[in-house]
Amino acid sequence: MATVVTRVLGHSRLRDWVRQAFSPARTLSLAFLTLGGFVAGVFFWGGFNTVLEATNTESFCVSCHEMKTNVFEELKGTIHFTNRSGVRATCPDCHVPHKWTDKIARKMQASKEVWGHVFGSIDTREKFLALRKHLAEREWERMKANDSLECRNCHSSESMDLTKQNPRAAQAHERSLFSGEKTCIDCHKGIAHKLPNMSGVPGWQ
Amino acid sequence: MRRPALLSLFAMVPCVFAGALWAQQIGGPGRDAPRLKGPEPFTRETPAPPMQRQVTDDVRRRRNYPDQPPLIPHSIEGYALDLNANKCLSCHSRKFTEQSQAPMISVTHYQDRDGNFLGGVSPRRYQCLACHVPQTTAAPLVENRFTDMDAMAEPDRRSR
Repeated sequence: MATVVTRVLGHSRLRDWVRQAFSPARTLSLAFLTLGGFVAGVFFWGGFNTVLEATNTESFCVSCHEMKTNVFEELKGTIHFTNRSGVRATCPDCHVPHKWTDKIARKMQASKEVWGHVFGSIDTREKFLALRKHLAEREWERMKANDSLECRNCHSSESMDLTKQNPRAAQAHERSLFSGEKTCIDCHKGIAHKLPNMSGVPGWQ
Repeated sequence: MRRPALLSLFAMVPCVFAGALWAQQIGGPGRDAPRLKGPEPFTRETPAPPMQRQVTDDVRRRRNYPDQPPLIPHSIEGYALDLNANKCLSCHSRKFTEQSQAPMISVTHYQDRDGNFLGGVSPRRYQCLACHVPQTTAAPLVENRFTDMDAMAEPDRRSR
């Protein structure tokens, strides 16, 4: 292994470091390295997940004023914030997938949001409103592509009792949702935040 | 001859006052409409009245006169109605009534104030809630003595 590395890298300081990394340990036991590596892995993984989950909380999201003064304020008046049964859908419940791979993919996309925060792309209300349609369309597209997965984490069609619904709602769900013709976000736009200018959006005048 | 006329005029004065007092009592607290001035004394804090249940049965209500804007028999909680979006029109505008099976907004909504037809919903008709309102199950604050137009025009029809 070491010779392969030497051949590839040629003569440099980097080569010395790499060669050392790939040669067998001289003083540390195999048990220390394997078990120690395992324990270190547990701590690393635990720490990674803790940080990941910490970024998945309402308080983390609204620690940016862009979120706090715009979208979070709008959420406050809606049924997903306060309701008769006291269940609250916080930011990640709708905007971050639950499955690990999807979650990591979404978190990697979210690095763009950090960029936006650092460079102040929506740091005033005016800038936010100007970009609002673009931002909303991205989110609608995402939810359309995953068949409104985040909605269905709580509102699954299997557990939806149409007889408990208003006849008008039951008919609409029967016709569009259960037939698979439409997904939640097709009709339920703007249920948690205010809407951008909806001209040109299908289903809106 | 003059005196009795003057006397009767004087006698009328207390009657008029009594009538005014009586009318005030009718409108007083507890009898008819609630006080509009708030609690008595005004520094007293009273608990907010409970929110009333919305009527959401989707059953059309009869109009009391032909020009009356139809009432909204469903919940409109959280419906967007601003410059950016109008949720009402997503069901009630002409092009969406087929999929929604909702009543279409009347033809007058597509005309300007002079009766000229426009390409879309008239801007002056955009604010639906200026005329159309949902209902709650709240008991009326005052007795409703409204008489239907038909009853006034053809009283004999009521008995039929």
